[in-house]
Amino acid sequence: MPLELFTVGEPIADTKAPTDVPVPQMWDERKFRARLVNPANRRRLSVIVVGTGLAGGSAAATLAEAGYRVKNFWFQDSPRRAHSVAAQGGINAAKNYRNDGDSVHRLFYDTVKGGDFRSRESNSYRLAEVSAAIIDQAVAQGVPFAREYGGLLDNRSFGGAQVSRTFYARGQTGQQLLYGAYQALERQIGLGNVETHGRTEMLDLVVVDGRARGIVVRDLITGQISTHLADAVVLASGGYSNVFYLSTNAKGSNVTAAWRAHKRGALFANPCYTQIHPTCIPVSGDYQSKLTLMSESLRNDGRVWVPKERGDDRDPRQIPEDERDYFLERKYPAFGNLVPRDIASRQAKNVCDEGRGVGPTGLGVYLDFSDAIERLGRSTIESKYGNLFDMYNRITGEDAYETGMRIYPAVHYTMGGLWVDYDLESNIPGLFVIGEANFSDQGANRLGASALMQGLADGYFVLPNTLANYLADGPFPKVAADHPSVVEAETAVRAQTEKLLSINGTRTVASFHRELGRLMWDLCGMERSDEGLRKALDRIPEIKHEFWTNVKVSGEQGVFNQNLEHAGRVADFIELAELMCVDALHRNESCGGHFRAESQTPEGEALRDDENFAYVAAWEYTPDGTPPVLHREALEYEYIHLAQRSYK
Amino acid sequence: MNLTLKIWRQVSPAKKGKMVSYHVTDVSPDMSFLEMLDVLNEKLILDGDDPIAFDHDCREGICGSCGLMIDGVAHGPEQATVCQLHMRSFSDGDVIDIEPWRSGGFPVVKDLVVDRSAFDRIISAGGFISAPTGTAPEAHATPVPKKDSDAAFDAATCIGCGACVAACPNGSAMLFTASKVAHLGLLPQGQPERDERVLRMVGQQDAEDFGGCSNIGECSAVCPKGISMETISRLNHDLLGALRAGAVPAS
Ligand SMILES: Cc1cc2nc3c(=O)[nH]c(=O)nc-3n(C[C@H](O)[C@H](O)[C@H](O)COP(=O)(O)OP(=O)(O)OC[C@H]3O[C@@H](n4cnc5c(N)ncnc54)[C@H](O)[C@@H]3O)c2cc1C
Ligand code: SF4
Ligand code: FES
Repeated sequence: MPLELFTVGEPIADTKAPTDVPVPQMWDERKFRARLVNPANRRRLSVIVVGTGLAGGSAAATLAEAGYRVKNFWFQDSPRRAHSVAAQGGINAAKNYRNDGDSVHRLFYDTVKGGDFRSRESNSYRLAEVSAAIIDQAVAQGVPFAREYGGLLDNRSFGGAQVSRTFYARGQTGQQLLYGAYQALERQIGLGNVETHGRTEMLDLVVVDGRARGIVVRDLITGQISTHLADAVVLASGGYSNVFYLSTNAKGSNVTAAWRAHKRGALFANPCYTQIHPTCIPVSGDYQSKLTLMSESLRNDGRVWVPKERGDDRDPRQIPEDERDYFLERKYPAFGNLVPRDIASRQAKNVCDEGRGVGPTGLGVYLDFSDAIERLGRSTIESKYGNLFDMYNRITGEDAYETGMRIYPAVHYTMGGLWVDYDLESNIPGLFVIGEANFSDQGANRLGASALMQGLADGYFVLPNTLANYLADGPFPKVAADHPSVVEAETAVRAQTEKLLSINGTRTVASFHRELGRLMWDLCGMERSDEGLRKALDRIPEIKHEFWTNVKVSGEQGVFNQNLEHAGRVADFIELAELMCVDALHRNESCGGHFRAESQTPEGEALRDDENFAYVAAWEYTPDGTPPVLHREALEYEYIHLAQRSYK
Repeated sequence: MNLTLKIWRQVSPAKKGKMVSYHVTDVSPDMSFLEMLDVLNEKLILDGDDPIAFDHDCREGICGSCGLMIDGVAHGPEQATVCQLHMRSFSDGDVIDIEPWRSGGFPVVKDLVVDRSAFDRIISAGGFISAPTGTAPEAHATPVPKKDSDAAFDAATCIGCGACVAACPNGSAMLFTASKVAHLGLLPQGQPERDERVLRMVGQQDAEDFGGCSNIGECSAVCPKGISMETISRLNHDLLGALRAGAVPAS
């Protein structure tokens, strides 16, 4: 690896996990050792929470209830609209209600293995450990999970898991869990315990004397830029899939809060770990603005195929059995259509690259239900997947009961994020990061139904304990409104906003976003190669340069200006994209969602390199034009035996 | 296809707004309605005009951000959110009116964007079960009959979009409020606060600039989640029950 791409700094030695006790006792031990804050003192301590998704909403509600003064920020009009609302499938918990052999240890094992041995044992164990309490909490709040006739909670098996540990609320689990957290938050707002800042975007972090002490924000309605100060800052701002422009994330999902914190010194870990979901509705044209996920459960009954011949554009119903290639069943006879997400996605891409893709763009494969309908009857399929078939019909205008559904992979989730220790604290004291915005628990690949679990584990159960330990040293000295760090951060935000508005070039923000997304999808998407990543690393600085000299942002600063919001987010995505490519290039192994063309078995399967890459790559920002610094956190596996995944 | 759009433009809450006509060409039937507006906006930006402001986020019918009056119908011709509406529902040459939600309870922020924070205040007044973190009993301690839990779920699917208010001739928020009252009131966990909840939520609803409910049903007819009029009956039932039990109305 040539030196100019990055330099290597000090390794990360300690994650604050009490490793002197066995992993099942670590969390209890950490809670016990953590200092407490006397309830009477909590009123004097203030906490900024950015985000109201499962992570931010649950954290803000819990901290307010505990008595801290909470200031909560989000960019949508209501906290109920955070992108968590869109999660469909379910949430895992090691309740073992089915008596099918599940346990905390098994969920822990599945998380570490599913993460392809690139997550920390300590964090993954804790996640499994607190999972059961999440379900209790949600039920107490009135979350209407699916139930059986006896009145008890129903479970299903999800994403290829061998036990049924997924709790769900029809296809709207995220919505219902989020409303539980949102209602708890609204209750605290009604009690006067939370200061609210909706339609407000965080644009910088204020660090004073080495501690995170505040944020600079823009009020999206009035355009006013201001600074808010507190004793600690919690980021719960979600994932960065929209760096690819097209993804299953909501349009407003962004990396801005996390990226600006990174530019203030917070390490960004494993940015190249992205998850691609195999069953999304394919792109239909250039105007496409986002992609829609179809639940993974469809692969339980649908069979994936493409024509054997390239360019065969007959109606799928006219293509006889022996001219079809059921490529997943052919390559993975044991798991067939149920192979993990990354494998199903990559194989779909491969057959499309061979020119055998279907649909108007050639970027799609069939997910065919005709066998299932013949075997089980249309009404069974209707009762299982009716809403999904309707959704497919609404978007494509096609009837999937009659003809093969077309699907294609899409970016769905980002495992990378700001680096945090066992306490969910970044390397900047007082800056805590929770939910999808951090990198901590999912390794190189996330199991289905585990993101909701992580967001709520962090917000309800982990952060309130670890943050108290930090706040026990507070209140910290008051920061003056004209403190140089505040003035500097605010000035920088104003300057960037004015700069964006003054360029007045010839290309729209969206056109840059599309170009960046396309580049990342092609070169840093499902399959990454040395050559492709270097190409991307040549091109991204050019896009960046063109953006800052030729973008056209309409309107003014002091008003409601959605185009300006988008411009700021795209500027950050461009910088993030570069770091993602550096990370992907340096990690010359295939693991989880990261597939390097150079690192595969003779059969074309992912090949991990534990000897050289069993570490977290935590990147330090350095000013423009200088290479980022890599800090390695070694990963050790004491409880789970390192093994290559095999789904043959 | 080619279309004429007549769109409500309003610079800010204090300024007066007006309908402005735009012509869009080469619209694909596979585009979503919002993608059609995206294309128009990119053109406006390049022409140096102010793009049209509209709320949206998930673009899959679940966040409740989007909401437009299309030819006088909340969310347009399909009973789904406007982000789920596709251009194949229109024909070449159509003239389409696009306006924001219109209600005293939802002041216009800009163009097609309105302020729906009144909904959050209604939830804040009582739309919850008080269950501080960590106090929850084991989830299986209280079985819930499937029929009740399914009915609670149906009510709980409300996405807070505000179409019900926009469609109501009185600008009433009753369907929204009722959906939360019904969701929580159908569950055993929701019983202890049941009386107080309905009183406080209805009290807050009345304190906002919403009209009264006269059971016309326009709300349910446009609701993208199909929340039924029965939920309003449930609310009225709970309200009467609470008043009969001697509670004092909150407003
Ligand atoms: C379509 C879809 C389906 C999914 N299904 C499942 C599933 O079935 N099971 C599962 O476990 N996971 C699922 N996931 C993943 C899961 O939904 C997310 O990982 C999780 O909800 C993220 O929660 P969060 O709280 O971290 O962030 P989010 O819910 O994204 O919340 C981010 C919050 O931060 C705020 N914010 C962001 N940036 C700023 C800023 N700059 N300034 C101010 N505020 C800001 C936003 O307003 C928002 O309130 C799914 C994801 C998608 C896209
Ligand atoms: S009741 Fe229906 S129309 Fe009204 S806010 Fe809820 S989802 Fe929207
Ligand atoms: S944009 Fe989310 S419901 Fe329409």
